[in-house]
Amino acid sequence: MAMDLKEIEALIKEALPDAVIEIQDLAGDSNHYSATVTSSKFSGKTKIEQHKMVYNSLKGKMGNELHALAIKTKE
Amino acid sequence: MEQETKDLINNEILKNEVCLFMKGTPDAPQCGFSMAVSNMLKILEVDYKGINVLESQSLREGIKEFSDWPTIPQLYIKNEFVGGCDIVKEMYETGELKKLLSEKKIKHKE
Repeated sequence: MAMDLKEIEALIKEALPDAVIEIQDLAGDSNHYSATVTSSKFSGKTKIEQHKMVYNSLKGKMGNELHALAIKTKE
Repeated sequence: MEQETKDLINNEILKNEVCLFMKGTPDAPQCGFSMAVSNMLKILEVDYKGINVLESQSLREGIKEFSDWPTIPQLYIKNEFVGGCDIVKEMYETGELKKLLSEKKIKHKE
């Protein structure tokens, strides 16, 4: 189970078009990533809501195809 | 989710002021993310209950549905979902976690 970095980026971008996204493949195994997502859509939302927006953009892949994605959100 | 699983989760988060759903146990975490949150609570000397989701497939899946959150670990404080590893880590680093513990009147190291 693995997922391409570009695929993750595209899915987040689809849900949050104005997002600036930085993704790192932490272990070089296409399975452990970290993403910093900056979007105006996070404004006024709690951290939990912001992270859920990112998880939702991945359409159920988180925890399945994608084992680990550390998320940092910024407004 | 089965009612039995839901009852079990509800029971744990009501019974334990600080409750961590994790892979493995506080003494032997089975995943780096679970270990990270577990260690932060230990450093803050918080008395918490670690619940090993690897012991039950229905719990492992059930907690994701219960919290509407796709990953484990998951931290609950006084019946309220605080977040997963990233959020708890950020809160730990900014001092927000201590603040929350104080607000919720949970004993911890100052």
